[in-house]
Amino acid sequence: MTTNLGKTYEPATFDVSADRIRRYAEAVHEDNPIYHDAQAARAAGFRDLVAPPMFAVVYSAPAMGPPIFETIGEDLPRMVHGGQEFVWGEPVCAGDTITTEATVKDVSEKDGKTFYVFESVSKNQDGEESVRATWTNIVR
Amino acid sequence: MKQGDSIPALKVTPDKGLTQRYKDASGDPNPIHVDEDFAKSVGLPGVILHGLYTMAQVARANTAAVGDDPRKLRRLAVQFRGMGFPEQEITVTGTVKEERDGAVVVETVAQQGGNQIIRNAEAELAV
Repeated sequence: MTTNLGKTYEPATFDVSADRIRRYAEAVHEDNPIYHDAQAARAAGFRDLVAPPMFAVVYSAPAMGPPIFETIGEDLPRMVHGGQEFVWGEPVCAGDTITTEATVKDVSEKDGKTFYVFESVSKNQDGEESVRATWTNIVR
Repeated sequence: MKQGDSIPALKVTPDKGLTQRYKDASGDPNPIHVDEDFAKSVGLPGVILHGLYTMAQVARANTAAVGDDPRKLRRLAVQFRGMGFPEQEITVTGTVKEERDGAVVVETVAQQGGNQIIRNAEAELAV
């Protein structure tokens, strides 16, 4: 059992580029022009080219690696993603810098499996919350 | 949208190269999604879809139901169950289960060949 329950990790930042937004939007079949054309995004009221909501996965990733690797360690090959929650705030646009801080929220055992719950909060360069996430990983 | 209404069903068939493109776009390094031999070496029938790719299809189906405006998707919570595979059609369906605070909660399912790969998904949409 882990000893770092409750630990909050050093925040990690991600610089959002138009290229990363477009590549992500293409990979998940989001073809709305607001994800591909800055002018279309501005016309729809966004500050710049906007990211699809699930792009949260991309800008959160640098902050999630260390807590997951340190907490789950040698059991990583037996880890599966059990559940995920995102609560969105201010939209994320090209040119934003998103800072994400992750915490080891809970570790519990059930039916011979270990459930690891991580929480993360992401904010933009103006301190506005972009997303609040709960990541549940299961080791069988 | 009101209680009992369905969102339009979303159907998508990820092609053979999808998991590599999703890996490159998302940065998820796990080889079980792109390396057939590795996937088989850990007991899988072959490469499997990223759960978060399938979750993105659940997000897309729900956002499409509110004019494709990403600001209206306030919250999405899912549970991953079973495995998704490339080159098989995914169908996302959902039904409004409650209305609250200017929003509706849509209970959503993603399935592939009758196998639910995301279930108990809840999307909160501003209406």
